[in-house]
Amino acid sequence: MDLTFTSEQEAFRKEARAWLEANVPAEPLPSLDTAQGFERHREWEHRLHKGGWAMVPWPIEYGGRGANLLEWLIFEEEYYRAGAPGRVNQNGIFLLGPTIMEYGTAEQKARYLPKMASSVEVWAQGWSEPNAGSDMAAIQATAVVDGGDYVINGQKTWASRGAYADWLFGLFRTDPGSERHRGLTFILVPLDAAGVTVRPIEQLDGEAGFAEIFLDNVRVPLKNRLGEENQGWQVAMATAGFERGLMLRSPARFQNTARKLVALYQQTVASEARVDPVLRDAVVRCWMDAEAYALNTYQTVSRLLEGGKIGAEASLNKIFWSELDMKLHETALSLLGARAELLPEAPAAQGVAGWLDGYLFSLAGPIYAGTNEIQRNVIAERILKLPRR
Amino acid sequence: MRFSFSEDQLLLQKTVRDFLEGECAVDSVRALWETETGRSQELWGKLAEIGLPGLLVPERHGGMGMDEIDLVLLLEETGRSALAEPLISTAAVGVPLVCELERVDLAESWLPKVAAGGAVLAVGHATNSFVSDAHVADLLLLPHGDEIHALPREAVALERQASNDPSRRIFSVAWTPSAKTRLCRAAQGRALLAAALDRGALACAAQQLGVSQQLIDMAVRYACQREQFGVPIGSFQAIKHMLADCQVKLEYARPAVYRAAHSVAREARSRAVDTSMAKAAASEAALLAARVALQVHGAIGYTWEQDLHVWMRRAWSLELAWGSGAWHRARVAEALLDRRAPAETFGYCAPGA
Repeated sequence: MDLTFTSEQEAFRKEARAWLEANVPAEPLPSLDTAQGFERHREWEHRLHKGGWAMVPWPIEYGGRGANLLEWLIFEEEYYRAGAPGRVNQNGIFLLGPTIMEYGTAEQKARYLPKMASSVEVWAQGWSEPNAGSDMAAIQATAVVDGGDYVINGQKTWASRGAYADWLFGLFRTDPGSERHRGLTFILVPLDAAGVTVRPIEQLDGEAGFAEIFLDNVRVPLKNRLGEENQGWQVAMATAGFERGLMLRSPARFQNTARKLVALYQQTVASEARVDPVLRDAVVRCWMDAEAYALNTYQTVSRLLEGGKIGAEASLNKIFWSELDMKLHETALSLLGARAELLPEAPAAQGVAGWLDGYLFSLAGPIYAGTNEIQRNVIAERILKLPRR
Repeated sequence: MRFSFSEDQLLLQKTVRDFLEGECAVDSVRALWETETGRSQELWGKLAEIGLPGLLVPERHGGMGMDEIDLVLLLEETGRSALAEPLISTAAVGVPLVCELERVDLAESWLPKVAAGGAVLAVGHATNSFVSDAHVADLLLLPHGDEIHALPREAVALERQASNDPSRRIFSVAWTPSAKTRLCRAAQGRALLAAALDRGALACAAQQLGVSQQLIDMAVRYACQREQFGVPIGSFQAIKHMLADCQVKLEYARPAVYRAAHSVAREARSRAVDTSMAKAAASEAALLAARVALQVHGAIGYTWEQDLHVWMRRAWSLELAWGSGAWHRARVAEALLDRRAPAETFGYCAPGA
């Protein structure tokens, strides 16, 4: 065990910091869940890519930097420190990308990864259906082989980034007689194909962060299949592992929010006549939990670098970060008092509206990427080995 | 940067686990509850044979010459087996304190004896008015303001304070400080007392990890066997989700404890905050596991006969030793919010940041 960074790692940090300081937009970009904001974020991704920072841990031939996961964590720390924009293609770079790296053919890697790294192609997720939410194995959308194509029919919903994305990845039932987890296949679908209808859904915050996607006799070539036919569940679980377990929520995100929360607490104490002492404890708990999350992630990355894999423990992770994110923002809103309800356009909202945005977003955390109740089932059954029902 | 243990460290952990499964079964823990001292000289001798009391004793004094990163996993195992012997006061706190006093006479006369299993140390601290294991200690290291004094047991008067945890033996100690008993004072005394506190907190936190896992494992075993409504109760989500929450708490306390071990071993600037975070997190994990394990067991868990309370009581008493969770959280708050001590963000604000 050695919890200090090597001089190479420190040099890498310096390099990342210098690039970010020179390149991060001075003003925050408009929300990536608006048409204009989406394109501005895509432009930012192009810039990151040109600078070689779009996907730090990927091989250079796929548009990455050829660094390892520890360096990725360092980059993430610098990224949040710099206040850089959200990653519009996170479904691609953090979820599908690592899955293609594991299950894709050489041809698929060459076809998809570089355009993903540069965000020339931005990805949406296609897991949920109207009747398959937490019970994802109830998926009904079908893909039937016809010549060299799959013909896809069905409906996907709550597709994150679906409103403006270029591609969709998801699970489809390829064996019509199959039940549950068997008979599903992981397929990549271009959203400009004939027969695709995208209907954006207005979220709690009023923006189109996700969409319904209707697929009506959509033809995609068989080579768009990732992994074996009818083995899609296994492939999807790898994607979910990356999402829940490591890449979607790197610790710097929460450490950065915790740092801002500490500053907010200190400002509040300096300016308010009375601050509930309970909030002092809440701030400390949030900060400690953000630290614990960082420590746990460094432990996970060390294990992965020593040849380990991400398994069911990804579910522990998902519960922890999603609950932490809510606590961070709830505590901030309590500290803000009367100003906590202000929308960004309110004249008195200067410097406070981000907390409300963040709070609304944090409320989605225990729902997306598999609800926390499903994660608790996974922990109980696969880690603790309690009996299935 | 490598946040993992070596193969040797994991192997030693396995050795200690196997040893304790044989030598420290729950029946023998409970049998010791009924004895005068609550301690077993025979077991202490065997622990010395595998090197535990002298793990941190330098090799030149007959010890293993290891550090807290080696020790932390072993203490975790002693928590899992509810070992009652005075390892924390002797091996984790007393030995490094004697080493750091830089009193050659003291080190030469005590450290080889400790390593050989022939002496036990007790250490007092201002966070707790009672001294654990004073009755079996050959040497007591006691605070007096910012001074540290050393006294043989014969030189102090002990009054036993019965504890809710029969494995824990705590005492009020009456003694008279003198220039002859004093080892150090002022800045040196404060630094050594601060280090002792951090080491004690770290050791308790490590034991709490083991206690937590044991409580969860016992509850899981019971939930798999016990049937109601025709099925094992562990198949109900109400049970599953409670136990899953315990495991989440534990898995995020664990790296905080391991990092604290690293900070103590390497004398990190943020040592105090790191050990406080570890103690607060491990305490909370252990208290939750105790509460939930009892609920999962239902009425049978509420009996004296069932072994569950052996670990529940460990969870409760370890929470109080070397600063409670709340005390340690308050210390983090003072560092972080009042800037009274260094509180460093891991990675994010690393050196050079």
